[in-house]
Amino acid sequence: MISAFFIFNQKGEVLISRLFRQDLKRSISDVFRIQVISNPDVRSPIITLGSTSFFHVRINNVYVVGVTKCNASAALVFEFLYRFITISRSYFTKLDEESVKNNFVLIYELLDEIIDFGFPQNSEIDTLKMYITTESIKSEMAVREDSSKITIQATGATSWRRSDVKYRKNEAFVDVIETVNLLMSKEGAVLRADVDGQILMRAYLSGTPECKFGLNDKLVLQKRGNEASKSDGAVELDDCQFHQCVRLGKFDSDRSISFIPPDGEFELMRYRSTSNINLPFRLQTHVTEPSRSKVEYTIHLKANFDPKLNANNVVLRIPTPLNTTGVQAKVGVGKAKYVPGENVIIWKIPRLQGAQECTLTAEADLATTTHRQAWSRPPIQLDFSVVMFTASGLLVRFLKVFEKSGYQSVKWVRYLSKANGSYQIRF
Amino acid sequence: MAMAPPRKGENYELRQQLNSEYRDKRADAIKRVIANHTIGKDCSGLFPDVVKNMQTDDLEQKKLVYLYLMNYAKTQPELVILAVNTFVKDTADPNPLVRALAIRTMSVLRAEKILDYLASPLSRCLKDENPYVRKTAALCVAKVFDLKPELCVEYGFVETLRDLIGDGNPMVVANAVAALADIYEASQSLPATPPASPGRSSPPPSSRPSSDLFIIDGPTLTKLLVALNECSEWGRIAILNTLARYKAVDEKESEHICERVMPQFQHVNAAVVLGAVKVIMIHMRSVTREDLLKSLTRKMAPPLVTLISSPPEVQWVALRNINLLLQKRPDILANEMRVFFCKYNDPPYVKVEKLDIMVRLASEKNVDTLLGELKEYASEVDVDFVRKAVRAVGQVAIKIDEAAERCVGVLMELIETRVSYVVQEAVIVIKDIFRKYPHSYEGIIPTLCANLEELDEPEAKASLIWIIGEYAEKIENADELLGTFLETFKEESYPVQLQTLTAIVKLFLKKPDESQAIVQRVLQAATKDCDSADVRDRAYIYWRLLSSDPAAAKSVVLANRPPISLPQTTVAPAILEELITEVSSLASVYHKPAATFIGKGRLGAEDMQRRAMQPEEEMSREKALATVVAGQQAENLLDFDADDEVPSTSSSSQTLSMVGSGSNSGLTSKAISNVAKSSNPLDELMDLFSTAAMTTPTSQPIAPKSTVSGIQGLQDDHDDTFSGLSGLSSPPPQINGSTNSTQQQSQQQQQQQSSGGAQDDLLGLF
Repeated sequence: MISAFFIFNQKGEVLISRLFRQDLKRSISDVFRIQVISNPDVRSPIITLGSTSFFHVRINNVYVVGVTKCNASAALVFEFLYRFITISRSYFTKLDEESVKNNFVLIYELLDEIIDFGFPQNSEIDTLKMYITTESIKSEMAVREDSSKITIQATGATSWRRSDVKYRKNEAFVDVIETVNLLMSKEGAVLRADVDGQILMRAYLSGTPECKFGLNDKLVLQKRGNEASKSDGAVELDDCQFHQCVRLGKFDSDRSISFIPPDGEFELMRYRSTSNINLPFRLQTHVTEPSRSKVEYTIHLKANFDPKLNANNVVLRIPTPLNTTGVQAKVGVGKAKYVPGENVIIWKIPRLQGAQECTLTAEADLATTTHRQAWSRPPIQLDFSVVMFTASGLLVRFLKVFEKSGYQSVKWVRYLSKANGSYQIRF
Repeated sequence: MAMAPPRKGENYELRQQLNSEYRDKRADAIKRVIANHTIGKDCSGLFPDVVKNMQTDDLEQKKLVYLYLMNYAKTQPELVILAVNTFVKDTADPNPLVRALAIRTMSVLRAEKILDYLASPLSRCLKDENPYVRKTAALCVAKVFDLKPELCVEYGFVETLRDLIGDGNPMVVANAVAALADIYEASQSLPATPPASPGRSSPPPSSRPSSDLFIIDGPTLTKLLVALNECSEWGRIAILNTLARYKAVDEKESEHICERVMPQFQHVNAAVVLGAVKVIMIHMRSVTREDLLKSLTRKMAPPLVTLISSPPEVQWVALRNINLLLQKRPDILANEMRVFFCKYNDPPYVKVEKLDIMVRLASEKNVDTLLGELKEYASEVDVDFVRKAVRAVGQVAIKIDEAAERCVGVLMELIETRVSYVVQEAVIVIKDIFRKYPHSYEGIIPTLCANLEELDEPEAKASLIWIIGEYAEKIENADELLGTFLETFKEESYPVQLQTLTAIVKLFLKKPDESQAIVQRVLQAATKDCDSADVRDRAYIYWRLLSSDPAAAKSVVLANRPPISLPQTTVAPAILEELITEVSSLASVYHKPAATFIGKGRLGAEDMQRRAMQPEEEMSREKALATVVAGQQAENLLDFDADDEVPSTSSSSQTLSMVGSGSNSGLTSKAISNVAKSSNPLDELMDLFSTAAMTTPTSQPIAPKSTVSGIQGLQDDHDDTFSGLSGLSSPPPQINGSTNSTQQQSQQQQQQQSSGGAQDDLLGLF
């Protein structure tokens, strides 16, 4: 149980304070300010002082803090804090000091609804938006809606959906988004390659539609280490997790994904795959230190996917030694520039076609230091997004929609593979 | 009003606005009041003006007024009564949102007067036709119980809560369960029967609800399992917590629970996943069906691994729990080491935890990959992490015999980097490897000795000195190397002094001809110039050993030591069992029982130790006895002690003279006699006792920590896997005389040691 909730700015000023239980005083916020915000040595996200535990998440320039005095579920507190962040983002796009100050009334109202006496309650964004509104997101029916209907939905077995949704055109959009994690050693061996996938759905369907969803997956929970049957084009998923609308019991018994979707956008499932990952980019690095004052880079990038596809916003961050004074870089495609503040060469390629190759050559000049420090060579980081490509090979087989009235619906599927700091190559 | 409020300032302005005839102006003013409250300004003076705005159709404004009331009701208990009417009216409002809001707010106002009006609206709301109101009211019971338990008992609210478990709406069920759990916890700290106060004529109503109410029976279990699949994620957590408390009647029921909870592994909320893991770990204990057990462990692994892609804080909680689960069931993640590889940009707290888990998962199959990773980490910039990575290499070497050679290879490569902290850590680690595999990797000793100058940390120095002493016969210039340390003896920290002393004595026993002079110098330095009681006492013990019976000295100092091993668990089995039932909670994150960091009667470290020891006591006693037997066989150290003990009496002056004569009687050896004659032994001992008191605190960290006991405690007191006879590393009270200071010290040590029982036994035997 969470006893209190605070939002602090970087100076330790309280922006939001809400006590849920009587076992704490407001002044506990001072303790957090002194012990955590003004203490640079804090390394743990949970601090227990006396018998009071502080859980904090730092985001932009604010601290979002949950406080408890009991042996609370740590996972729950952090999940709640992150849920709060998600909800705030959907209400006012960004959670930072300014937006908190501008929306404090709304935040109190939200807190009142999503947590009661320290127990998280309803945190479904769509439902919340039905009765907690700001001027900016006043959805057409929300305000005047009969509140008893709202409350039924907020507590009902399908708390995520109203029964009277109507659309002239019934459409469903499915986005498969994969984040590729890669760790490659100096020698080019793949130390770790896996995919964290996310299937987002936007459902604009009338009534109470019953959906069935199929992928070209086969869950490998059963047979580990049995590599025999692989050629049937099925993707092996190590694990998957579903939105609460999916009937977990049914999935457990016959592996079928069936659900009544919430109205609008939601995350249908998350999955993880570790086998047969198609790495969209290959990197060959040749970095030498010919003298004490120079490092030479030759970095060869190859797009390893179908030539019909394109990668967007490819960004390479190539670390340089700390005592670098300047860098001369030559690139065939895109732009490369040295950023002294971060000690990296940033090579940006706005658009790269499949199978295309390009090279960067660069020379970093180093300041001479009396005492030569070993350079730890942090990994090169590659960010990108490739549309219509899944690194795991996952495909949506079907999405069937059944509704009483028997309408036809249109479904769209998009795929995207991306990396954001998770694609790392050592050199 | 008795005191006229000031006619200016912000509050005056606000007051005027709150009483404005325009609606939006009033609404605005309320917002400003809340804003002022948030930044810590006292707004209690505006109470009557704010309360006037309570009666409104604007739900947003109502909420803000309620928020104000929650914060200030306590400061204005007489005025709260103004609000009661509106509250009671609102709890009967046709709009369920208003009803819920009113009951929710009313039950947290800390004012006696409100509570009296609360009972009837609350019982109405608990039976409201709208589930939203019911689920809100369910939690209100817990709130009221927190304020006034008697009220709940009097009106039977707890019974009503219990009935709500059978409600058709899963959210209501979840909140009822959560409220019951909360009340149960709170009622544990209440007195069972309130003491009859002499002042009152009638006994006060019992504030503790009947404990039957919290027992979950078969039908309730069915209802919970049904609700589990239907309610919101937070509700699932509450239900899972209750299922964790449930005691299954037979194995079949446990199986049933496991099967029904298993699908929750697929939930997207990490707290639900960990909650499910907890329930299954608990109910698994009574499951014996092989295939089910297998499928449970198999299905548990993927969701745990998936938690590693959560945001760092959640990840950390997950990692701490995985660490715990691995201690209980080392097999669950056997094939998954790669996911624990540290990313360069992981926060430090995540990295350190991953490192620990990787060592746990290390096996012959994956050791090469792991060593490659560890080597990589050792080149990073975060000093703390680099050291832990180097240490991990050593742990792997000790854990996997076959990989030891490769680990030593990696360590040698790391030493070549000549990065000071890497080298120092590597030396410490290598010492442990030598202790596990004596006489295996002597070839690397010259390289180590070449790095002598690089070492500036006590632990690294002490480790290298230990190695030199241990292999003194193989190192040609051992006396030279040790001599360099002897020169700076006085400036060194105590652990280094202790090791220097021991190493030189070892050298002397191995090569008596060449090192007479040096041993004499070190004994003299340690007994004369050193202000640590430990060092001094140890020097005296060696001195007497060497002078009375060199053969005995040899068998004591150079005895074979049992090899060390990597402990499989970091917490005692009993505590591990307890923590497993607390998975995902703070206790599981800290790896400490909840009672140690929260609660009214916080348990001290001592209690915890006692609990940790209980199941081990038997074992450690046996171990202690075995060690003593081994000691007797090794040589007659015991006789030696007993001889000196005989004349010891309780009078301290006598004891002093005895010890003095004891050291005089030991002056048979020519080499030593000069030294002793030159100083008055009595003065020296007095000096010793006075400094002993002074140095007590500093000697604490030297005391060994864990449980393998052995006579070798004599030489290895900074090694963490040995302990046992560490009473000897600071001299036992019998030898040293009965000064209070030393006794206190050894008592403190006894308290500190987890193997206190063993030590008592040993001392008793002496």
